Amino acid sequence: MATERFDAIIVGGGPAGSAAAYTMAKAGLNVVLIERGEFPGAKNIFGGVLYRKQLEDIIPEFWKEAPLERRVVEQRMWLMGKDSVVTMGHRNEAFKEPANAWTGLRVKFDQWFASKAEQAGSLNIYETVVTDLLREGDRVVGVRTDREEGDLYANVVVVADGVNSLLGKQLGVHHEWQPDQVSLAVKEVIAMPKEKIMDRFNLEGDEGVTTEFIGQLGGMAGLGFMYTNQETISFGVGVMVSDLKRTKIRPYDLIENVKQHPMIRKMLQGGESKEYAAHLIPEGGFHAIPPLSGNGWVICGDAAQLVNFVHREGTNLAMTSGKYAADAIIEAHAKGDFSKDGLAGYDRRVRESFIHKDLKKYQGLHGLLNDIDPKLFDRLPAALNDAAYQMLLIDGLSKAEKQKAAIRGLREAAGGTANLVKLGIKGWRAING
Amino acid sequence: MSNIAEKLYTIRYKVDENSHLIIKDQDVCLHCETKECQFFCPAEVYQWHDEEKMTSVAFENCVECGTCRIGCPHYNIEWVYPKGGYGITYKFG
Repeated sequence: MATERFDAIIVGGGPAGSAAAYTMAKAGLNVVLIERGEFPGAKNIFGGVLYRKQLEDIIPEFWKEAPLERRVVEQRMWLMGKDSVVTMGHRNEAFKEPANAWTGLRVKFDQWFASKAEQAGSLNIYETVVTDLLREGDRVVGVRTDREEGDLYANVVVVADGVNSLLGKQLGVHHEWQPDQVSLAVKEVIAMPKEKIMDRFNLEGDEGVTTEFIGQLGGMAGLGFMYTNQETISFGVGVMVSDLKRTKIRPYDLIENVKQHPMIRKMLQGGESKEYAAHLIPEGGFHAIPPLSGNGWVICGDAAQLVNFVHREGTNLAMTSGKYAADAIIEAHAKGDFSKDGLAGYDRRVRESFIHKDLKKYQGLHGLLNDIDPKLFDRLPAALNDAAYQMLLIDGLSKAEKQKAAIRGLREAAGGTANLVKLGIKGWRAING
Repeated sequence: MSNIAEKLYTIRYKVDENSHLIIKDQDVCLHCETKECQFFCPAEVYQWHDEEKMTSVAFENCVECGTCRIGCPHYNIEWVYPKGGYGITYKFG
């Protein structure tokens, strides 16, 4: 490899890395993007929603060329009982123009995004692992790769190596994530004829629907998802690693069990599973965010735990953090100062943005979820389903009796009135505190 | 229903001859009460063998998620990425 010196080295060809590389290359900086997969996206999965706003700020009208699946016009939320469901949701024509979000698949999308950076002038190198950060004193000055003579030098290194971020650990900005700070998502991409998807989900043209489900998912506190793509459905379940450890349920058994739920089974029947995948999601929230920059380095995206797990937003935070890092590096480049002070513009931008504000808003939630008896995630949706069933069942009992029984059921599920009230207050504080 | 072997069959792998996952100390596995890596790994990489008193590592199945590194109660798994270009390549992602 050439021993030339770059303005910036970007480690990782995901949304954060490509956003950073694109933004800097477009400003005329000499940048190299290093990706360990055969191509960008080769190792990457997500549930499947790409939001418009943050990518539009980087590449205006990207939807005219980016590989996207379906325009999300409806979001459904299912609260699962064992053989039942209580549904909620919102569909709105206003989500079409301008589009709010699209479903997507990362292999296609990440390749496209990285190619945009390449076209802007970024030197993209694939099939290369960054094994070490090179340092001089307290400054990061480059990276060591697993290529022969694979040392590269730059004024600044953008660490965008994803949730596992071995480089973040080397930097010492975060130690190992705890089992309750990450969840494991297992996903399958299920092929289905386009007409079947459109009929089943009530769609026309490129409209799409997202469905999130919580509740009785094989005895675990988890969140499931089912998103419509053009000719496939992205289906999966996410559970905290701490819950996997506790329950000893195998992730692949869990996804199979969830598929057997009558609501899910009927949505997926006739489909053929084309791909199985598993990936960690950083869910540590606000308090898990490490320092974002230092002498000669910045850290972005999943590597910095920048995920809003309440709203399943991740790639948009990654892109925005990559762009902000790039903006700050462009400023640092102009001043010739790549120290922590010189790069502080990145921290400031993140702090003043929706990233910081949203994650701060939910800062109490992570602790709350840890405080709650995990069985509640089973019992409460079950009690809610039971209440709905009883209220709608005409069996000669009076409505007053039914209502009393429903309230009793919910109270018992929560472990008494005091607990139910406490849970409500704590939950309210966690999302509004 | 599809089992784990069928699921993993949907992923394209380029397998290195050397494992990128290393059990640091088999003695730690021997004394591990839960041996839970056998359960939480989404690719059935780890298996405990009573007679040989060892955990085997089917690294060629690994989907590079990192759960084992975080989940092992004794942090007994040395976890790095496969060499550049090796390991999994998704088709959809």
